[in-house]
Amino acid sequence: MRSLARLRHLTRPLAALLCSALLAGGLEAREPEELVVYSARNEQLIKPLFDAYEKASGVRIRFLTDKEGPLLARLKAEGVNTPADLLLTVDAGNLWQAAESGLLQPVDSPLLRARIPAHLRDPDNLWVGLSVRARTVVYNPDRVDPAELSSYAALADPQWRGRLCLRTSNKVYNQSLVAMLIAERGEQAAESIVRGWVANLATPPFADDTAALKAVAAGQCDLTLVNTYYLGRLLKEDPALPLKVFWPNQREEGSGVHVNISGGGVTRHAKHPEAARKLLEWLASDEAQAAFAGENLEYPANPEVTVAPLVASWGEFRQSPLNVAFAGAHQGAAVKLMDRAGYR
Amino acid sequence: MTQAATPILAPVPEARPLWPRLAIGSLAALVLLPLAVIFASFADPQGAVWAHFGEFVLPRLVVNTLWLLIGVGFGTAVLGISLAWLTAVCEFPGRRWLSWGLLLPLAVPGYVLGFVMIGLLDFTGPLQTAWRAQFGAAPQIPIRSRGGVIAVMALTLYPYVYLVARNAFQTQGRRALEAAQTLGLGRVGGFFRVALPMARPWIAGGLALVLMETLADFGTVAVFNYDTFTTAIYRAWFGLYNLSAASQLASLLVVLVFIALALEQRSRRGQRFTAGGRADRGQRIALGPVARWLAALWCGLVFAVAVAVPLAQLLAWAWQSRGDLDVRYLGFLYRSLILAASGAGLVVLLGLTLAYALRARPGRGASFIGRLSTLGYALPGTVLAVGFYLPMSAIDNGWIALGTYLDQQWTPLLGGTLVAMLLAYAVRFLAVGFHPVEAALHRITPSMDEAARNLGSGGRDLLARVHLPLLRGGIATASVLVFVDIMKEMPITLMTRPFGWDTLAIRVFEMTSEGEWQRAALPAVTLVIAGLIPVLLLMRGGDTEQIHAT
Repeated sequence: MRSLARLRHLTRPLAALLCSALLAGGLEAREPEELVVYSARNEQLIKPLFDAYEKASGVRIRFLTDKEGPLLARLKAEGVNTPADLLLTVDAGNLWQAAESGLLQPVDSPLLRARIPAHLRDPDNLWVGLSVRARTVVYNPDRVDPAELSSYAALADPQWRGRLCLRTSNKVYNQSLVAMLIAERGEQAAESIVRGWVANLATPPFADDTAALKAVAAGQCDLTLVNTYYLGRLLKEDPALPLKVFWPNQREEGSGVHVNISGGGVTRHAKHPEAARKLLEWLASDEAQAAFAGENLEYPANPEVTVAPLVASWGEFRQSPLNVAFAGAHQGAAVKLMDRAGYR
Repeated sequence: MTQAATPILAPVPEARPLWPRLAIGSLAALVLLPLAVIFASFADPQGAVWAHFGEFVLPRLVVNTLWLLIGVGFGTAVLGISLAWLTAVCEFPGRRWLSWGLLLPLAVPGYVLGFVMIGLLDFTGPLQTAWRAQFGAAPQIPIRSRGGVIAVMALTLYPYVYLVARNAFQTQGRRALEAAQTLGLGRVGGFFRVALPMARPWIAGGLALVLMETLADFGTVAVFNYDTFTTAIYRAWFGLYNLSAASQLASLLVVLVFIALALEQRSRRGQRFTAGGRADRGQRIALGPVARWLAALWCGLVFAVAVAVPLAQLLAWAWQSRGDLDVRYLGFLYRSLILAASGAGLVVLLGLTLAYALRARPGRGASFIGRLSTLGYALPGTVLAVGFYLPMSAIDNGWIALGTYLDQQWTPLLGGTLVAMLLAYAVRFLAVGFHPVEAALHRITPSMDEAARNLGSGGRDLLARVHLPLLRGGIATASVLVFVDIMKEMPITLMTRPFGWDTLAIRVFEMTSEGEWQRAALPAVTLVIAGLIPVLLLMRGGDTEQIHAT
């Protein structure tokens, strides 16, 4: 009996030891680090990068794509139980909105500060830009002398009456462009510029940038405002299209080409904030930056990284030094302004 | 149309059973929770946004929306009824294959047809470009206009009317028409004064679906940059970051649709729509030598514009991006089919339940709530998806909190499960599962039930031997409509899918979200072809039925 009791004394710690060993072993073996990403940047643009990162780091990435609005609503609804560690969007306004709603947490990373210029990052480190989307003037060289071009505002001049094509004001890229005009010049001046644009339209606004570019190439109008990668896609198919890039606002003090970003931030209730930070840092690295932007002919956010040859052929330009957060802060005002100005 | 049955045949009043109210209650709980979330936005007043919208946005958008509703309603009615009449009752060259071919626009998403049509007909399209190359200047085709968007939506939505109207014309029997002829009504008179009024509940149900879909549509109008009420909803949400204002605008839509449905219902009160005996199939109307070719031309033209042209364009684009085709497409296809099939099964079952529950006359309040629960279809998909996701997450969070309280690590009950997805589809598409079944149920009169009971059939036997055969058409119609609708559905699928559950519709979304329309053709064309499967099954089923009957 006594021996049995002693045995029982022994079994308990032994069993505990065995269990913890098994458990630890099991955990180590079964669960490689896993990251969950909610992304408004679409699958074909991010999956190659995630694949590369999985290979390089051993971290497993699961992701879901959706539009920004639903993704933010979803993060908010899931609250502390959200599985998402990282949020990726394709414009600054929505990152700003996510930050405003308390859905992101600050990431203190010297690497990100070193790699990404300050105007493409949140001042409070809640989000960071990963690629740059430049919205610029594209004109038909048969019908426009580039010497006539200067700034976004100048497109409101009556000399362009019946010669301008625009995309719909429902698109966030135009909303953030007008937000920049508001930030730079105030609402009144911005509104008269937008009214001038509307008066100059050759045809009602198009549903997408590609359609506007095709209209310029076909001679329906002479120039338009688009994100450069849409031009890149068209030129890849047909390099002979009569479409040229002009970089506006280069002569204006304190201004430059309007840029928006595709970027990301770590969610407030991330289960793996450290791993999420590492992924962001990797996405800002030279190797990933070239691929991240190159995949879609955008500009890398990291200015040290070289751009794709086609993109390089459009020349260099100065970006607007405004922090892209203005896009979120002024977007509501921009939308209302465009409504008043009759920009559809 | 026969007026209310004589009092002698009226069913003996019995004690009201409980189940209809229970069924309606649980359905309503499912559907009304998301609607309640959307209506709850009024707790967060958005006076400034409303003032701005009221002054600068809504006047124009309301006019736009009304025109769209009138145009699409009229267009789908004319297309749907004329094509249904010709293929169901008349005989002309090509009738056999056109009768199912004309259903195919169901599988073509409206935004796809819109994009193709603009691509072909606009200034930069091949037509005008070739014309300019030849003659220097081309006549402008105003495709990006109110008329253009109405035409495209009518061409993609008419099958809702066509399918139900065809079902009605096929089953209403020829005797009524023969009777009309003996009373001196000609063919035209017979159509307008007998066949059409007799098909009214069917056509009204189909039109209700069309109008709800028109109101909720965002994709097609966005391609045309034609601003409607839905545009305002998304502008408030995505542009002003104001989900509350967006939800408030959306709840207006719901109220509007409910009033319209109630009015339609009221105008039908006191009328009974019953088949004049067995759906006997007499001779088809033999059209004259010119008329039969005109009929063929009309049906062929619609088929060409709504199906052949977009499909050819899609195939051409899909061929250009054939490099995207990989083994993953099997998975996309499989998941699309599984979701659509199980979703259609569930939704039609719920639609049947609702239709039967309402038929049992559960009282005014319950009827009101029952009808309310079909309104998910009138909401823009993304708004409904969020309306569904909020209460679902609340349940999950409560569940997890309970687990924590009990020292357990519980995973979400609903989030990321297929159950949640199917429930969300049910909320969205209940109307589609309900209307065709309800219309078919109108055919089964209380006196038929009485007669069957007198012959010793009751309960399950009555359902299986009397009701089911008469409801077959309605059930098949509802199943196909829901199936194809789910295949095309994006916002709910995007929001509720488990990790990795990408479908064909999601592939289309991935491509179009960055404007890569050409590359979207590959998943789109796969989706269209997969959508044909149930359509073909339906038509084959209909044909065998016909063979048995003759």
